Amino acid sequence: MAGAFNLSLVVAAIRLTTPILLAALGGLFTQQANVLNIALEGMMLSGAFAAVAISYFTHSWVLAILASMFVGLIMAWILGAFVVRFKALNVIAGMAVNLFASGFTAFLLRTFWVNKSEMTQGLVGIPDVSIPGLSNVPVLGELLSGYSLLVYVSILLIFIAQFVLYKTRLGLRIRAVGEAPQAAASLGVNPDRIRFISILISGVLCGLAGAHLSLGALCMFTENMTAGRGFMAMAVIFFGDAVPYKVAIGAFLFGLAEAISMRLQSVGLPSHFIIMIPYVFTVVSLIVVSINKMKAQVSKPSES
Amino acid sequence: MASEYVLEMRGITKIFGPVVANEDVNFKVRRGEVHALVGENGAGKSTLMKILFGIYQPDAGEICLNGKRAVIKSPSDAIGLNIGMVHQHFMLVPSFTVAQNMILGVEPRKGITLDLAEAEERIRELSGVCGFTIDPEARIRDCPVGVQQRVEIMKALYRGADLLILDEPTSVLTPDEAEELFEIMRTLTHQGKTIIFITHKLREVMKTAQHVTVLRKGKTVTTLPIDETCEQDLALQMVGRKVELYSGKDEVKPGEEIVKADGLRAMDKYGRWCLKDIGFTVRAGEILGIAGVAGNGQDELVDVFMGLKKLSKGRIEIDGRDVTGKTSDVIRSLGVGYIPEDRYERSMIRDASVAENMLLGFERDERFNGFGLKTDAIKKWADKLIHEFDVQPPLLDVPAGSLSGGNAQRAVMAREFALSKRVIIACQPSHGLDIGSIDFVHKQLLDRRRKGYAIILISSDLEEMLYLADTIAVMYKGELISSFPNRDVDEKRMGLLMAGVRDAEPEEEAR
Repeated sequence: MAGAFNLSLVVAAIRLTTPILLAALGGLFTQQANVLNIALEGMMLSGAFAAVAISYFTHSWVLAILASMFVGLIMAWILGAFVVRFKALNVIAGMAVNLFASGFTAFLLRTFWVNKSEMTQGLVGIPDVSIPGLSNVPVLGELLSGYSLLVYVSILLIFIAQFVLYKTRLGLRIRAVGEAPQAAASLGVNPDRIRFISILISGVLCGLAGAHLSLGALCMFTENMTAGRGFMAMAVIFFGDAVPYKVAIGAFLFGLAEAISMRLQSVGLPSHFIIMIPYVFTVVSLIVVSINKMKAQVSKPSES
Repeated sequence: MASEYVLEMRGITKIFGPVVANEDVNFKVRRGEVHALVGENGAGKSTLMKILFGIYQPDAGEICLNGKRAVIKSPSDAIGLNIGMVHQHFMLVPSFTVAQNMILGVEPRKGITLDLAEAEERIRELSGVCGFTIDPEARIRDCPVGVQQRVEIMKALYRGADLLILDEPTSVLTPDEAEELFEIMRTLTHQGKTIIFITHKLREVMKTAQHVTVLRKGKTVTTLPIDETCEQDLALQMVGRKVELYSGKDEVKPGEEIVKADGLRAMDKYGRWCLKDIGFTVRAGEILGIAGVAGNGQDELVDVFMGLKKLSKGRIEIDGRDVTGKTSDVIRSLGVGYIPEDRYERSMIRDASVAENMLLGFERDERFNGFGLKTDAIKKWADKLIHEFDVQPPLLDVPAGSLSGGNAQRAVMAREFALSKRVIIACQPSHGLDIGSIDFVHKQLLDRRRKGYAIILISSDLEEMLYLADTIAVMYKGELISSFPNRDVDEKRMGLLMAGVRDAEPEEEAR
């Protein structure tokens, strides 16, 4: 058992963090704009499929990544049209996107392509990056070097998201619309436009998350391969108050939970219980966060 | 100069369905003056200003700015034409700083980042123009209401406003803060800014304005220079007939203590104490007035009293029964009538019929509910109530949302008075009502007082408070800072108390 917890576990955790992190970084923009976005899962799955399809037909991982982002954007645009333009309920529209993504990718896969529930052949994956000079250093090399490209991109995106939200005009407007839409509207900021933009951002990043899942971490597509990661990303966003660096910490904890779960499977514990670990962790962490938030409200007698 | 008038609105008409909000309204404002716009609630002041600010489009009529015809399709257009509006409900983002609120929508940028330094520089510049200073880095939610209002004013100036619309700006201020606001208004007009001052407080009009325009039922009644009119004259113009308000009340000997509250503490959603050790008693036949500027904990006090908000500490007794922590259902079943400030948010269902609304709170009563609702009994009962309180139109099947403010209030009072056995809690009961309805509300409350009810009245209207209350307690930042019999107080001392200045003399009543 003890051998299960070592450096390679952390490395595995970082790999598993990335898809959740990318989706959560996207979703936190909608959260900041106070748009409940449950469609992260579906946008991610569409991105994963698009990446695999384009990789297969063009043999280019660059085009595959671009395609995943584009398809994520299209799904987000559909969601935005329903939620913002036509004022549909977020939950219903989000559910529709999720179900559509799940059904449509499976349909395309089986009907037009391989007639199986998975696609593994003839794919060009996203390359791993080994950092020159670092990859041979004993511990640091293993810890920092050799990940798939999008792992590094996701880390860069933490800082970019933090910058956009707190240092740019768009970020200011997103936060203003999220907290006081009427105030924003009274100043000539169009809340619907801002909401739409935030949904589009979430779509692009979820598409990227999907590409990492199918071509970065694995190099295959299976039906519903996102397996609830979009919802874990939602949990992570609540966990981190939609603040990028806190969300990143939360995402890593979820990645760690998943890594532990995978490791324990190889140790030989009953797999049905082990597979539950990330999901149990999701529920427990949300309970803990909620309780803490309530406590903070009750026990903080600060005067102002 | 192109024209003596900065603004001319001619023949403005605006119709909402069956309601004519503005009918052929003419409104002219001279450069550099404070022009008061007065009228009762529903007279069309807000509609007219929303048309000017581009929120509504007029159905007829035209607007000229500096002699030139202007088409204002949106608030952005209005801002572009140097019009600024300070809304009655502030349009600020609470967790943002003053500077962030200031720049929202017109953000100065350096490359792709926000240039907050530039914003702060301009705020300091503007401080000179306005005659007041604001810390650009303060968070709005930590700023007192008076400061937030200044941020709103400065926000308009930051966008280059020359014509400022102030919508009932004094309704949230203490008398002292209002004085300071008037000073700021004078400073601004000396700088060549023009101010449209919407209010229904005539004394403020006489004090600050150079001209006054009176609206009644959507039409312009008159525009007068201020030295050719007086308060009484304006009141008559506003209402269109003579009304006698505050016609005197009987002496009632208070009986036994019915409501007892002790050491109430509660917190707001930011974790700050919004109620700090509040205690009071109300006796039978007594009206306890809780005065204070809105937002000093009155809403929270009502909420804990009605079981809608959790107490951190303290105890509430009604008729000798401990009701601390009980639900509003239990509290109402003990016969507590509740007249909330916002009738549609709390007390009525807009889309349900008047008859159905009259049933709320009685829906488990055997008279009205056996196997299913007894429609005939309910109708008979509702009909009796609305006739007793003269609700117009006296129809049972129309949706409650179609009633006017005054009639909705009558309906709420009819039901709550029927439900209440000994206790009534009334929040801003005359808010938004015409003068006739206000009179009616006051008479009803005094009638219940005569019948030995214990009444808690929460109001920020000083005149109403001094007229109705037997005992007045002043609330400031979550505390009852003073409480005294009505006869021992005048408006000036009340004003000081509402601003948080505690009494030098000891409290007169140690109950």
